[in-house]
Amino acid sequence: MARSVTPATKRPRAAGSVGLLIGTRKGAFILRGDRSRRTWTLSPPLFLGHVIHHLVLDPRDGRTLLMAASTGHLGPTIYRSTDRGKSWKEVAAPPAFSKAPEGQQGRTVGHVFWLTPAHANEPGVWYAGTSPQGLFRSEDGGVTWKPFSSINDDPQYRAWMGSVQDGTPDGPKLHSIIVDPRDPAHLYFAMSGGGVHESVDGGRTWTTLVQGLDVVEGFDPANVAFHDPHCVRLCPGNPDRLYQQNHCGIYRLDRPSDRWVRIGRNMPKQVGDIGFPMVLHPRDPDQVWVFPMDGGTVWPRVSPGGKPAAYVTHNAGKTWVRQDKGFPRSNAWWTVKRQAMTADGCDPVGLYLGTTSGEVWASRNGGASWTCLARHLPEIYSVEAAEF
Amino acid sequence: MTVHIPSALRSYTGQKSEVEAEGRTLAEVLSVLDGRHPGLRFRIVTEQDQIRPHIRIFVNETQVQALETRLGPDDQLYIVLALSGG
Repeated sequence: MARSVTPATKRPRAAGSVGLLIGTRKGAFILRGDRSRRTWTLSPPLFLGHVIHHLVLDPRDGRTLLMAASTGHLGPTIYRSTDRGKSWKEVAAPPAFSKAPEGQQGRTVGHVFWLTPAHANEPGVWYAGTSPQGLFRSEDGGVTWKPFSSINDDPQYRAWMGSVQDGTPDGPKLHSIIVDPRDPAHLYFAMSGGGVHESVDGGRTWTTLVQGLDVVEGFDPANVAFHDPHCVRLCPGNPDRLYQQNHCGIYRLDRPSDRWVRIGRNMPKQVGDIGFPMVLHPRDPDQVWVFPMDGGTVWPRVSPGGKPAAYVTHNAGKTWVRQDKGFPRSNAWWTVKRQAMTADGCDPVGLYLGTTSGEVWASRNGGASWTCLARHLPEIYSVEAAEF
Repeated sequence: MTVHIPSALRSYTGQKSEVEAEGRTLAEVLSVLDGRHPGLRFRIVTEQDQIRPHIRIFVNETQVQALETRLGPDDQLYIVLALSGG
């Protein structure tokens, strides 16, 4: 496909001040590191009591933040800051589905789950994914949002989305919205459930990308509705490569192929290849990290055996190395959600994760050893690393 | 009429627990409220014009669910968070 090329940088960024943008079940927090990433300072809670699913800095201006928020009683919204979090204002028109015609049942956004800044050449453009599954776009920095009718109102997509009872326990979600850094019209997104999808025309038309993906035993993999991608990422160092943590394994996709390869088969059998997050190295497309969880029996969604560990591959999934130095050795019954593990752009790369038990852990050496930065936060939904 | 605002929505009303609004129906009153306190309506009414599941609206002492409900100038409107938190 023809693309206007904006080369991805291969040069490691200087170890600047990294800030962790943390979304939790009870508010947001910002954990600011010094230039060495050794000393960290936790902010007071932002929007205490609000459910914060995602907090994202716009890398194009380095100062605009969007925060996906809801509360137990009130409807969902988005808060916006243009001064790196010093002050906040609610956006004018948060994502909302189109009003249904008279006599028809319309859908209601339960919460905004995912936020993605668009291409570097499209300042002010953002994408949002919601629960139940919906795709939205803003062209004014997140102040107003419009639905993608090509997804939200399409009968086939609606069938693949299923009902609110077909998704994750907290509601079905549209997530992993990806913009090709070489082409603003080349988009991907994923749905839990409902598969992975690609557009090369800015979202006017879409094709599915589920070849090679397994589904739960007994279900038909030809039915897109049965596919449950947990997290899909595109390699900054090679935009023709994607990785995916799925409900049923870990996968790699090298374009132009449209068939995913289950690289999780190479994980230790006693650990398995089930989990939520998928973290990519900022420059090396062969290095990725996962954080396995127990997906057996009734899906406990905790670290296998109560022994948390990241796993890294340095060869695109041929082999995996356990990384548990610093983590509790036993009785740690937490896990890491799909948006709650990330990498910075430094060299050596820093890794960060937030746990369902409210701890923030970091590694300054690519996962070789881990340190706890904060404890006793609410359940952590998302962690994004930003340079301030 | 007087509209009673729950604590969770007072960030929209400058922390006022009571505000004034006019309208012949609940829909009109909510529209007026949203014009004066932008964003308030969407927190309590969905894009399908349904009152959200954990929100209750009372006119005087009667719970109402339809936005077409007619209102009088002397009615008291109460927006309440449902006791659904456990």
